[in-house]
Amino acid sequence: MVEGKNFGMELRKAGCAGTLESSDIMITIHPGNGEGIEIVLESPAKQQFGKAINSAITESLMAIGVHSALVEAKDRGALDCTIKARTETAALRAAEMDDDEVRAKK
Amino acid sequence: MLFLPGNNPGILQNAALFGADCVILDLEDSVSPAEKLAARNLVRHALGSVDFGEVEKIVRVNATTTPFFRQDLEILRSRPDAIMLPKVNSAQDIIDFDALASGIEEDEGMPKGSIYLVPIIETAQGVLNVWEIAKASSRIVALNFGAEDFSASVGCQRTKEGSEIFHARNSTVLAAAAIGVDAIDTVFIDVDDEKGLIEDTQLAKKLGMTGKAVIHPRQVDPIHSVFAPTEKEIDHAKRVVAALKEAKEKGSGVASLDRRMIDAPVAARARRVLELAVAMNLMDETETGLGGDA
Repeated sequence: MVEGKNFGMELRKAGCAGTLESSDIMITIHPGNGEGIEIVLESPAKQQFGKAINSAITESLMAIGVHSALVEAKDRGALDCTIKARTETAALRAAEMDDDEVRAKK
Repeated sequence: MLFLPGNNPGILQNAALFGADCVILDLEDSVSPAEKLAARNLVRHALGSVDFGEVEKIVRVNATTTPFFRQDLEILRSRPDAIMLPKVNSAQDIIDFDALASGIEEDEGMPKGSIYLVPIIETAQGVLNVWEIAKASSRIVALNFGAEDFSASVGCQRTKEGSEIFHARNSTVLAAAAIGVDAIDTVFIDVDDEKGLIEDTQLAKKLGMTGKAVIHPRQVDPIHSVFAPTEKEIDHAKRVVAALKEAKEKGSGVASLDRRMIDAPVAARARRVLELAVAMNLMDETETGLGGDA
Protein backbone atom coordinates (compact mmCIF):
# COMPACT_ATOMS: atom_id res chain seq x y z
CA MET A 1 0.00 0.00 0.00
CA VAL A 2 1.33 3.45 -0.72
CA GLU A 3 0.60 6.81 0.84
CA GLY A 4 -2.31 8.32 -1.04
CA LYS A 5 -2.21 11.91 0.02
CA ASN A 6 -1.99 13.20 -3.51
CA PHE A 7 -4.88 11.34 -5.02
CA GLY A 8 -8.44 10.47 -4.06
CA MET A 9 -9.84 6.97 -3.93
CA GLU A 10 -13.43 6.73 -5.11
CA LEU A 11 -15.57 4.35 -3.14
CA ARG A 12 -18.03 2.65 -5.43
CA LYS A 13 -19.83 0.20 -3.15
CA ALA A 14 -19.74 -1.20 0.38
CA GLY A 15 -16.48 -2.98 1.20
CA CYS A 16 -15.89 -5.26 4.18
CA ALA A 17 -12.83 -6.78 5.81
CA GLY A 18 -12.02 -8.60 9.05
CA THR A 19 -14.01 -10.95 11.24
CA LEU A 20 -15.75 -11.04 14.60
CA GLU A 21 -13.05 -13.36 16.00
CA SER A 22 -11.14 -12.33 19.09
CA SER A 23 -8.34 -9.79 18.38
CA ASP A 24 -9.90 -8.83 15.04
CA ILE A 25 -12.14 -5.99 13.88
CA MET A 26 -14.81 -6.12 11.19
CA ILE A 27 -14.77 -2.95 9.11
CA THR A 28 -17.52 -2.14 6.62
CA ILE A 29 -16.99 1.00 4.54
CA HIS A 30 -19.77 2.68 2.59
CA PRO A 31 -19.32 5.58 0.15
CA GLY A 32 -19.76 8.86 2.06
CA ASN A 33 -21.96 11.85 1.39
CA GLY A 34 -19.04 14.20 0.88
CA GLU A 35 -19.01 15.38 4.48
CA GLY A 36 -15.97 13.68 5.90
CA ILE A 37 -15.47 10.31 7.61
CA GLU A 38 -18.21 9.12 9.95
CA ILE A 39 -17.47 6.12 12.15
CA VAL A 40 -20.03 3.99 13.97
CA LEU A 41 -18.02 1.99 16.48
CA GLU A 42 -19.06 -1.06 18.46
CA SER A 43 -16.37 -2.13 20.93
CA PRO A 44 -16.21 -3.69 24.38
CA ALA A 45 -13.48 -1.15 25.15
CA LYS A 46 -15.18 1.83 23.56
CA GLN A 47 -14.82 4.02 26.60
CA GLN A 48 -11.08 3.41 27.02
CA PHE A 49 -10.00 3.03 23.42
CA GLY A 50 -12.81 4.39 21.26
CA LYS A 51 -10.94 7.57 20.42
CA ALA A 52 -7.78 5.67 19.51
CA ILE A 53 -9.69 3.18 17.34
CA ASN A 54 -11.47 5.98 15.50
CA SER A 55 -8.14 7.78 14.97
CA ALA A 56 -6.54 4.65 13.52
CA ILE A 57 -9.43 4.20 11.11
CA THR A 58 -9.46 7.85 10.06
CA GLU A 59 -5.66 8.01 9.61
CA SER A 60 -5.69 4.87 7.49
CA LEU A 61 -8.41 6.21 5.22
CA MET A 62 -6.79 9.63 4.85
CA ALA A 63 -3.46 8.00 4.02
CA ILE A 64 -4.95 6.17 1.05
CA GLY A 65 -6.95 9.12 -0.18
CA VAL A 66 -10.40 8.43 1.24
CA HIS A 67 -11.85 11.66 2.60
CA SER A 68 -15.51 10.77 2.76
CA ALA A 69 -17.00 7.52 4.02
CA LEU A 70 -19.39 5.91 6.46
CA VAL A 71 -17.53 3.28 8.48
CA GLU A 72 -19.11 0.58 10.62
CA ALA A 73 -16.53 -0.93 12.95
CA LYS A 74 -17.18 -3.95 15.16
CA ASP A 75 -14.14 -4.36 17.34
CA ARG A 76 -13.13 -7.52 19.18
CA GLY A 77 -9.95 -6.26 20.81
CA ALA A 78 -7.90 -5.54 17.70
CA LEU A 79 -4.45 -3.97 17.91
CA ASP A 80 -3.64 -0.82 15.96
CA CYS A 81 -1.93 -2.76 13.17
CA THR A 82 -5.01 -4.94 12.69
CA ILE A 83 -7.36 -1.94 12.65
CA LYS A 84 -5.26 -0.25 9.98
CA ALA A 85 -4.87 -3.40 7.89
CA ARG A 86 -8.61 -4.18 7.93
CA THR A 87 -9.50 -0.55 7.15
CA GLU A 88 -7.20 -0.48 4.13
CA THR A 89 -8.54 -3.78 2.83
CA ALA A 90 -12.17 -2.72 3.26
CA ALA A 91 -11.48 0.56 1.45
CA LEU A 92 -9.78 -1.18 -1.46
CA ARG A 93 -12.71 -3.54 -1.77
CA ALA A 94 -15.13 -0.61 -1.62
CA ALA A 95 -13.15 1.07 -4.38
CA GLU A 96 -12.98 -2.18 -6.37
CA MET A 97 -9.23 -1.70 -6.60
CA ASP A 98 -6.27 -3.86 -5.74
CA ASP A 99 -2.76 -2.81 -4.69
CA ASP A 100 -1.41 -2.67 -8.24
CA GLU A 101 -4.06 -0.18 -9.31
CA VAL A 102 -3.32 2.07 -6.34
CA ARG A 103 0.40 2.00 -7.14
CA ALA A 104 -0.20 2.83 -10.79
CA LYS A 105 -2.18 5.92 -9.85
CA LYS A 106 0.66 7.40 -7.78
CA MET B 1 9.95 -22.98 11.80
CA LEU B 2 6.30 -22.42 12.70
CA PHE B 3 3.75 -21.71 9.99
CA LEU B 4 1.21 -19.06 11.00
CA PRO B 5 -1.82 -18.17 8.85
CA GLY B 6 -1.31 -14.66 7.56
CA ASN B 7 -4.93 -13.61 7.93
CA ASN B 8 -5.32 -14.37 11.63
CA PRO B 9 -4.51 -11.31 13.76
CA GLY B 10 -4.89 -13.13 17.09
CA ILE B 11 -2.17 -15.59 16.08
CA LEU B 12 0.14 -13.10 14.36
CA GLN B 13 0.28 -10.74 17.32
CA ASN B 14 1.40 -13.60 19.56
CA ALA B 15 4.02 -14.94 17.14
CA ALA B 16 6.87 -14.46 19.61
CA LEU B 17 5.19 -16.54 22.31
CA PHE B 18 5.10 -19.98 20.69
CA GLY B 19 8.74 -20.87 21.30
CA ALA B 20 9.68 -21.30 17.66
CA ASP B 21 13.07 -20.20 16.34
CA CYS B 22 11.32 -18.56 13.43
CA VAL B 23 7.77 -17.96 12.28
CA ILE B 24 6.52 -18.22 8.72
CA LEU B 25 3.80 -15.63 8.11
CA ASP B 26 1.87 -17.42 5.44
CA LEU B 27 0.21 -15.81 2.44
CA GLU B 28 -0.08 -19.08 0.51
CA ASP B 29 -1.86 -22.29 1.42
CA SER B 30 -3.47 -21.16 4.69
CA VAL B 31 -5.14 -18.14 3.04
CA SER B 32 -8.09 -18.48 0.65
CA PRO B 33 -7.90 -16.68 -2.72
CA ALA B 34 -10.60 -14.24 -1.61
CA GLU B 35 -8.54 -13.18 1.40
CA LYS B 36 -5.06 -12.82 -0.16
CA LEU B 37 -5.30 -9.01 -0.14
CA ALA B 38 -6.49 -8.98 3.48
CA ALA B 39 -3.66 -11.30 4.57
CA ARG B 40 -1.04 -9.30 2.71
CA ASN B 41 -2.16 -6.08 4.41
CA LEU B 42 -2.30 -7.73 7.82
CA VAL B 43 1.18 -9.25 7.51
CA ARG B 44 2.59 -5.94 6.26
CA HIS B 45 1.22 -4.07 9.23
CA ALA B 46 2.22 -6.82 11.66
CA LEU B 47 5.83 -6.71 10.42
CA GLY B 48 5.84 -2.99 11.08
CA SER B 49 4.50 -3.03 14.62
CA VAL B 50 4.29 -6.45 16.34
CA ASP B 51 7.20 -7.26 18.65
CA PHE B 52 8.65 -10.54 17.39
CA GLY B 53 11.49 -10.49 19.91
CA GLU B 54 14.38 -12.75 18.84
CA VAL B 55 12.14 -14.82 16.56
CA GLU B 56 13.07 -14.65 12.89
CA LYS B 57 10.32 -13.54 10.55
CA ILE B 58 9.81 -15.29 7.23
CA VAL B 59 6.97 -14.59 4.81
CA ARG B 60 5.79 -17.38 2.53
CA VAL B 61 4.55 -15.71 -0.63
CA ASN B 62 2.42 -17.31 -3.30
CA ALA B 63 4.10 -19.21 -6.11
CA THR B 64 5.50 -17.27 -9.06
CA THR B 65 2.89 -18.83 -11.35
CA THR B 66 -0.04 -17.38 -9.38
CA PRO B 67 -1.71 -13.99 -9.89
CA PHE B 68 -0.78 -13.07 -6.31
CA PHE B 69 3.01 -13.33 -6.53
CA ARG B 70 3.85 -9.84 -7.85
CA GLN B 71 1.74 -8.12 -5.21
CA ASP B 72 3.12 -10.42 -2.51
CA LEU B 73 6.66 -9.30 -3.40
CA GLU B 74 5.85 -5.83 -2.08
CA ILE B 75 6.07 -7.37 1.41
CA LEU B 76 9.84 -7.08 1.04
CA ARG B 77 9.41 -3.36 1.73
CA SER B 78 8.31 -4.35 5.24
CA ARG B 79 11.69 -6.00 5.81
CA PRO B 80 11.00 -9.57 6.81
CA ASP B 81 14.15 -11.56 7.56
CA ALA B 82 13.48 -13.90 4.65
CA ILE B 83 11.04 -14.88 1.96
CA MET B 84 9.93 -18.48 1.55
CA LEU B 85 9.28 -19.23 -2.11
CA PRO B 86 7.04 -22.23 -2.83
CA LYS B 87 6.98 -24.59 -5.82
CA VAL B 88 10.51 -23.74 -6.96
CA ASN B 89 11.21 -25.79 -10.08
CA SER B 90 14.49 -24.45 -11.42
CA ALA B 91 17.41 -22.12 -10.92
CA GLN B 92 15.67 -19.62 -13.20
CA ASP B 93 12.88 -19.21 -10.61
CA ILE B 94 15.55 -18.15 -8.12
CA ILE B 95 17.34 -15.87 -10.58
CA ASP B 96 14.07 -14.15 -11.46
CA PHE B 97 13.17 -13.70 -7.79
CA ASP B 98 16.63 -12.36 -7.05
CA ALA B 99 16.28 -9.68 -9.72
CA LEU B 100 12.85 -8.57 -8.49
CA ALA B 101 13.99 -8.54 -4.86
CA SER B 102 17.12 -6.56 -5.71
CA GLY B 103 14.97 -3.95 -7.44
CA ILE B 104 12.82 -3.50 -4.35
CA GLU B 105 15.85 -3.41 -2.05
CA GLU B 106 17.43 -0.69 -4.18
CA ASP B 107 14.19 1.26 -4.23
CA GLU B 108 13.95 1.06 -0.44
CA GLY B 109 17.60 1.86 0.19
CA MET B 110 18.23 -1.60 1.61
CA PRO B 111 21.52 -3.43 1.03
CA LYS B 112 21.26 -5.75 -1.94
CA GLY B 113 20.72 -9.32 -0.84
CA SER B 114 19.69 -8.32 2.69
CA ILE B 115 16.40 -10.22 2.45
CA TYR B 116 17.21 -13.91 2.57
CA LEU B 117 15.47 -16.67 0.66
CA VAL B 118 14.22 -20.15 1.55
CA PRO B 119 13.13 -22.07 -1.55
CA ILE B 120 10.62 -24.83 -0.97
CA ILE B 121 11.52 -28.01 -2.85
CA GLU B 122 8.12 -29.62 -3.32
CA THR B 123 7.77 -30.66 -6.94
CA ALA B 124 9.32 -33.41 -9.04
CA GLN B 125 11.22 -30.80 -11.04
CA GLY B 126 12.37 -29.09 -7.88
CA VAL B 127 13.86 -32.28 -6.49
CA LEU B 128 15.60 -33.07 -9.78
CA ASN B 129 17.02 -29.53 -10.01
CA VAL B 130 17.72 -28.96 -6.31
CA TRP B 131 21.50 -28.58 -6.69
CA GLU B 132 21.13 -25.93 -9.41
CA ILE B 133 18.47 -24.21 -7.30
CA ALA B 134 20.62 -24.22 -4.18
CA LYS B 135 23.54 -22.47 -5.81
CA ALA B 136 21.51 -19.97 -7.84
CA SER B 137 21.60 -17.17 -5.28
CA SER B 138 23.61 -16.08 -2.28
CA ARG B 139 20.31 -15.05 -0.65
CA ILE B 140 19.52 -18.72 0.03
CA VAL B 141 20.00 -19.58 3.71
CA ALA B 142 18.05 -22.83 3.79
CA LEU B 143 16.21 -25.32 1.62
CA ASN B 144 12.83 -26.54 2.82
CA PHE B 145 11.50 -29.87 1.58
CA GLY B 146 7.70 -29.98 1.30
CA ALA B 147 6.36 -33.54 1.23
CA GLU B 148 2.66 -32.87 0.84
CA ASP B 149 2.87 -30.98 -2.45
CA PHE B 150 5.73 -33.23 -3.57
CA SER B 151 3.54 -36.31 -3.14
CA ALA B 152 0.81 -34.68 -5.20
CA SER B 153 3.40 -33.70 -7.81
CA VAL B 154 4.66 -37.25 -8.34
CA GLY B 155 1.40 -39.04 -7.59
CA CYS B 156 2.72 -41.11 -4.71
CA GLN B 157 0.85 -42.01 -1.54
CA ARG B 158 1.91 -39.99 1.47
CA THR B 159 2.67 -42.13 4.53
CA LYS B 160 3.97 -41.50 8.04
CA GLU B 161 6.72 -44.05 7.46
CA GLY B 162 7.99 -41.85 4.63
CA SER B 163 9.72 -44.22 2.22
CA GLU B 164 8.03 -42.41 -0.68
CA ILE B 165 9.87 -39.19 0.18
CA PHE B 166 13.22 -40.72 1.12
CA HIS B 167 15.04 -39.79 -2.07
CA ALA B 168 13.59 -36.28 -2.11
CA ARG B 169 14.57 -35.69 1.53
CA ASN B 170 18.07 -36.97 0.83
CA SER B 171 18.40 -34.80 -2.27
CA THR B 172 17.46 -31.72 -0.27
CA VAL B 173 19.98 -32.55 2.44
CA LEU B 174 22.74 -33.20 -0.12
CA ALA B 175 22.24 -29.92 -1.94
CA ALA B 176 21.96 -27.94 1.30
CA ALA B 177 25.10 -29.53 2.72
CA ALA B 178 27.03 -29.01 -0.50
CA ILE B 179 26.26 -25.31 -0.54
CA GLY B 180 26.50 -24.89 3.24
CA VAL B 181 22.95 -23.93 4.15
CA ASP B 182 20.32 -25.43 6.44
CA ALA B 183 18.04 -28.25 5.35
CA ILE B 184 14.55 -27.89 6.81
CA ASP B 185 12.37 -30.98 6.82
CA THR B 186 8.73 -31.16 5.82
CA VAL B 187 5.83 -30.65 8.20
CA PHE B 188 4.17 -33.52 10.06
CA ILE B 189 0.48 -32.92 9.55
CA ASP B 190 -1.01 -35.13 12.30
CA VAL B 191 -0.83 -32.65 15.18
CA ASP B 192 -2.31 -35.18 17.61
CA ASP B 193 0.40 -37.79 17.03
CA GLU B 194 3.38 -36.64 19.10
CA LYS B 195 5.05 -40.04 18.99
CA GLY B 196 4.87 -40.07 15.22
CA LEU B 197 6.21 -36.52 15.08
CA ILE B 198 9.22 -37.44 17.21
CA GLU B 199 9.96 -40.54 15.12
CA ASP B 200 9.66 -38.54 11.90
CA THR B 201 11.94 -35.84 13.30
CA GLN B 202 14.50 -38.38 14.48
CA LEU B 203 14.61 -39.83 10.97
CA ALA B 204 14.98 -36.36 9.48
CA LYS B 205 17.86 -35.61 11.84
CA LYS B 206 19.56 -38.90 10.96
CA LEU B 207 19.35 -37.99 7.29
CA GLY B 208 21.06 -34.68 7.97
CA MET B 209 18.17 -32.28 8.22
CA THR B 210 19.04 -29.36 10.49
CA GLY B 211 15.51 -28.26 11.31
CA LYS B 212 11.84 -28.99 10.73
CA ALA B 213 8.82 -26.94 9.76
CA VAL B 214 5.75 -27.23 12.00
CA ILE B 215 2.10 -26.31 11.68
CA HIS B 216 1.06 -26.12 15.34
CA PRO B 217 2.75 -24.61 18.41
CA ARG B 218 2.47 -27.89 20.32
CA GLN B 219 4.91 -29.44 17.85
CA VAL B 220 7.72 -26.99 18.71
CA ASP B 221 8.97 -28.53 21.96
CA PRO B 222 9.11 -32.15 20.72
CA ILE B 223 11.16 -31.05 17.71
CA HIS B 224 13.52 -29.01 19.85
CA SER B 225 14.04 -32.05 22.07
CA VAL B 226 15.09 -34.15 19.04
CA PHE B 227 17.47 -31.62 17.55
CA ALA B 228 18.99 -30.55 20.86
CA PRO B 229 22.41 -32.12 21.50
CA THR B 230 22.44 -34.49 24.47
CA GLU B 231 24.55 -33.85 27.55
CA LYS B 232 26.82 -36.69 26.45
CA GLU B 233 27.23 -35.17 22.99
CA ILE B 234 28.00 -31.75 24.46
CA ASP B 235 30.50 -33.17 26.90
CA HIS B 236 32.27 -35.09 24.14
CA ALA B 237 32.35 -32.02 21.92
CA LYS B 238 33.91 -29.95 24.70
CA ARG B 239 36.58 -32.61 25.20
CA VAL B 240 37.33 -32.63 21.44
CA VAL B 241 37.69 -28.85 21.42
CA ALA B 242 39.90 -28.93 24.52
CA ALA B 243 42.12 -31.62 22.94
CA LEU B 244 42.51 -29.57 19.76
CA LYS B 245 43.45 -26.50 21.77
CA GLU B 246 46.00 -28.44 23.80
CA ALA B 247 47.58 -29.90 20.67
CA LYS B 248 47.85 -26.46 19.12
CA GLU B 249 49.45 -25.01 22.24
CA LYS B 250 52.03 -27.81 22.20
CA GLY B 251 52.75 -27.11 18.55
CA SER B 252 51.55 -30.55 17.57
CA GLY B 253 49.91 -30.94 14.18
CA VAL B 254 47.83 -33.88 15.36
CA ALA B 255 45.29 -33.98 18.16
CA SER B 256 43.86 -37.12 19.72
CA LEU B 257 41.21 -38.04 22.23
CA ASP B 258 40.79 -41.43 23.85
CA ARG B 259 43.64 -42.70 21.63
CA ARG B 260 41.78 -41.72 18.48
CA MET B 261 42.98 -39.04 16.10
CA ILE B 262 40.73 -36.03 15.80
CA ASP B 263 40.36 -35.45 12.08
CA ALA B 264 38.68 -32.48 10.37
CA PRO B 265 35.14 -33.95 10.22
CA VAL B 266 35.26 -34.83 13.94
CA ALA B 267 36.45 -31.33 14.78
CA ALA B 268 33.75 -29.75 12.62
CA ARG B 269 31.06 -31.92 14.18
CA ALA B 270 32.19 -30.96 17.67
CA ARG B 271 32.10 -27.27 16.81
CA ARG B 272 28.63 -27.65 15.36
CA VAL B 273 27.34 -29.44 18.49
CA LEU B 274 28.62 -26.67 20.72
CA GLU B 275 27.25 -23.91 18.48
CA LEU B 276 23.85 -25.61 18.48
CA ALA B 277 23.96 -26.01 22.26
CA VAL B 278 24.62 -22.30 22.63
CA ALA B 279 21.87 -21.42 20.14
CA MET B 280 19.40 -23.57 22.09
CA ASN B 281 20.46 -22.00 25.42
CA LEU B 282 21.82 -25.31 26.70
CA MET B 283 25.16 -23.74 27.55
CA ASP B 284 26.85 -20.39 27.61
CA GLU B 285 29.16 -19.42 24.76
CA THR B 286 32.01 -18.92 27.22
CA GLU B 287 31.85 -22.59 28.22
CA THR B 288 32.45 -23.93 24.72
CA GLY B 289 36.16 -23.34 24.49
CA LEU B 290 35.60 -22.10 20.96
CA GLY B 291 37.24 -18.84 20.22
CA GLY B 292 40.58 -19.88 18.96
CA ASP B 293 41.03 -22.12 16.02
CA ALA B 294 39.41 -25.17 17.61
